[in-house]
Amino acid sequence: MDHPIKRDHSRFRKIVKGKIRDNLRKYVSEGEMQAPKGKDVFRIPMPQIETPKFKFGDKSQGGMGQGDGQAGDPVDGQGQDGEGPGEGKEAGSDEGSKELEVELTLDELAQILGEELELPNIEPKGKKSIQSQTERYTSIGTVGPDSLKHFKRTYREALKRQVAIGSYDPDNPIIIPIRSDYRFRSADVKTEYENSAVVIYMMDVSGSMGDEQKEIVRTESFWINLWLRSQYKSIEMRYIIHDATAKEVDEEVFFKTRESGGTLISSAYHLCKEIIEADYNPAEWNIYPFHFSDGDNWSSDDTKVCLELLDNVILPSSNVFCYGQVESRYGSGQFFKDLHGKYGKEADSVILSKIKNRDGILDSIKDFLGKGK
Amino acid sequence: MHDLVSPLSGELLKLKVEIEAYAKDYGLDFYPVVFEVCDYDTINILASLGGFPSRYPHWRFGMDYDQLSKGYAYGLQKIYEMVINTDPCYAYLLKGNHMVDQKMVMAHVFGHADFFKNNAWFSNTDRKMMDVMANHGTKIRRYMGVNGQDKIEAFIDKVLSLENLLDINVLFETSEVKKQRENTEKRAKEEDLVDDDGRSQALKSYMRTKNKHDKSNQAEAKPGDADRFEIKKYPERPVRDILQFLAENAPLEEWESDIISILREEAYYFLPQRLTKIMNEGWASYWHSTIMTKHALKASEIIDFADHHAGVMAMSKKNINPYKVGIELFRDIEYRWDTGRFGKNYIDCDNMVKKYEWNKDLGLGKEKIFEVRATHNDITFLDEFFTQDFCERQQLFTYKYNPRSGRFEIDTRDFLAIKQKFLSSLTNFGQPVIDVDDANFNNRGELHMTHRHQGVDLDANFAEQTMKNIFAIWKRPINLTTKYDDKECTFCFNGKEFKPLK
Repeated sequence: MDHPIKRDHSRFRKIVKGKIRDNLRKYVSEGEMQAPKGKDVFRIPMPQIETPKFKFGDKSQGGMGQGDGQAGDPVDGQGQDGEGPGEGKEAGSDEGSKELEVELTLDELAQILGEELELPNIEPKGKKSIQSQTERYTSIGTVGPDSLKHFKRTYREALKRQVAIGSYDPDNPIIIPIRSDYRFRSADVKTEYENSAVVIYMMDVSGSMGDEQKEIVRTESFWINLWLRSQYKSIEMRYIIHDATAKEVDEEVFFKTRESGGTLISSAYHLCKEIIEADYNPAEWNIYPFHFSDGDNWSSDDTKVCLELLDNVILPSSNVFCYGQVESRYGSGQFFKDLHGKYGKEADSVILSKIKNRDGILDSIKDFLGKGK
Repeated sequence: MHDLVSPLSGELLKLKVEIEAYAKDYGLDFYPVVFEVCDYDTINILASLGGFPSRYPHWRFGMDYDQLSKGYAYGLQKIYEMVINTDPCYAYLLKGNHMVDQKMVMAHVFGHADFFKNNAWFSNTDRKMMDVMANHGTKIRRYMGVNGQDKIEAFIDKVLSLENLLDINVLFETSEVKKQRENTEKRAKEEDLVDDDGRSQALKSYMRTKNKHDKSNQAEAKPGDADRFEIKKYPERPVRDILQFLAENAPLEEWESDIISILREEAYYFLPQRLTKIMNEGWASYWHSTIMTKHALKASEIIDFADHHAGVMAMSKKNINPYKVGIELFRDIEYRWDTGRFGKNYIDCDNMVKKYEWNKDLGLGKEKIFEVRATHNDITFLDEFFTQDFCERQQLFTYKYNPRSGRFEIDTRDFLAIKQKFLSSLTNFGQPVIDVDDANFNNRGELHMTHRHQGVDLDANFAEQTMKNIFAIWKRPINLTTKYDDKECTFCFNGKEFKPLK
């Protein structure tokens, strides 16, 4: 049985998750979570979980130390701002007020997002068509590398053999396995079928989209990815940037590029269509095109082309098409109204959302994902 | 638990017997010490529970466990040893440590065990605390069963807010002392009553004359009526043992005051350790160093020992290392009393050469340090034995935040300034001194507390949060008088908002 501390620990984790949920809006509007390093674990700084007590404040209080140096010399390692003042001066107890860093897995964080925004689980469409093979070490074999040697089984085999041939002496129980006694853990291949999804991000990088707007898109797509990744086992991301022409880029370029020039949204939709047709069969894939722009399309003719593309190709093959209009310093463009006029706010396959500023990100995420598509 | 912890056997047991014999030869005196060997996870669990395997459920233990486990996993910290002040004295060793480390830890542990048994500030701690803690756990779990875990835990959170508002004098309050005190108080009260009567007599006579003067036919005021108007101050004297005060006086359910008493008892159990951190660690380090270097070390272990000992003794520019200051101070005392470098003759001697060569061959050092470990706590220890010479040798300094350069800089190496700062950081175990003055403030049942300001302001944000928690217990407005920027001010939390009082 586990030690009761494990219950205290899960209690603590629950409290922490509650705190994150309470402050989700703050975390979201502050930008991305610390990117996972290697593993799917997020580190979230959490300053305020200390039990309040009457205690001394005042940063200028300073403290005492031992070592070389003259008056006026800096004390090593001090001086970063934001550290708890008066720390560690409490003789006789070890309650240094370290900043707490909480680790959450992708699933836990997505769950918090889901609970806070009351996001419904997505009903995947299509068959479970993607085969994936996983290896599980569930059986025992007679060949294998030393690193997978199963010591217990090996010795048991050796013991059996020695008992059988009569070389086992209970008073001097020395067991020496020979080659044929060796047993190894071996893998069974399991095939699993999964739903698969692709998210196609399109972003307007024309001159009117500033750094602030791009940061908003970046943050929003981080959270959208987080949610979709918790819903689909395998998910692919494709990134398209466009001004008057469109091209496919990788993630890093997507968020960093800044180009100038006019905006032809249709160029992006063309490329999106090509990608879908080339790589993703709508019958097997859950397709999520997201488009972010400030809504200033070059001409109404182009808008017409866009709508046609949407109607003929993109909408029929996607789960849902999401358009987010980020307000830039030039105001909000016309494209939102055009889409709105055609599909209305409550269309089934099109979700429109306006993002006014950083604080609007969370609501916009709810708009996009709140329908469970 | 039992499968995770195992008693000593084999080589470790031999070591224990050997080292225990050295310790006893030196005159260390302790309750039987029970060593147990645990793996790192178990030791993390025990450390987060303050050394006690069975305590009440609370998330804070889980938080500490989280931090310790991570610290261990990332290789940032490792707990070598833990000793519990009980009889028998339990000590935990980390499985898989080097044999030389285990030896060092054992010698260190015997030092702690001796200190626990002999230091005056520990004289009244409950040595059966293992059982008491386990009982507390059972009680609180039962309350949780009845009232729900969330409710109980939330209440514990509030009480923990006040865990540092302790009265160190309570440590010496045995049941006899308590009885004595109560008797004196009762007698004083009786005398007061007599006085009261006298006063109300005067009042009555005044009222009689008034009646006569008015020539009204109203009946004379009945005796006793008069002193109804007199508002008695309660508590009569400021109370520092705030948890006790709340448990007795706040409008609480039975389980609530029981929980306050439980947490209070645990806080007072740990208090002597907070009062003697420097001495306790210094004493244990003194003995591990003495026993190891003079007896227990093998030639092949010297490098490892020196390395680890130096690690424990490392000086830091940011903090005082209690191990370092403690061991050096004990060694200094031993040296001074061995050579007779104390007393008026030595202090008044102004011949530097003579002073430098001073040696009276008294050989009182050992005796003196044993006496010191029995009678002092950190603050008196430093007050009496922290000398200028010592301060300079140990390269102590104070540092301060320099707003112009935005960093912490060495402030001064002046002996008196350092000593003063050192002592004030230890005053009231480093916690603000706060008393309950009046339980009927403004004659409206409000609680009034006073912070005895000693140069450092309170953290305003934390003070506000804390007052909210006290309000939840007292259920009437909470007032706190303190000083900010040298100006006296009173704050009030009335259940809704926090505001300064004029």
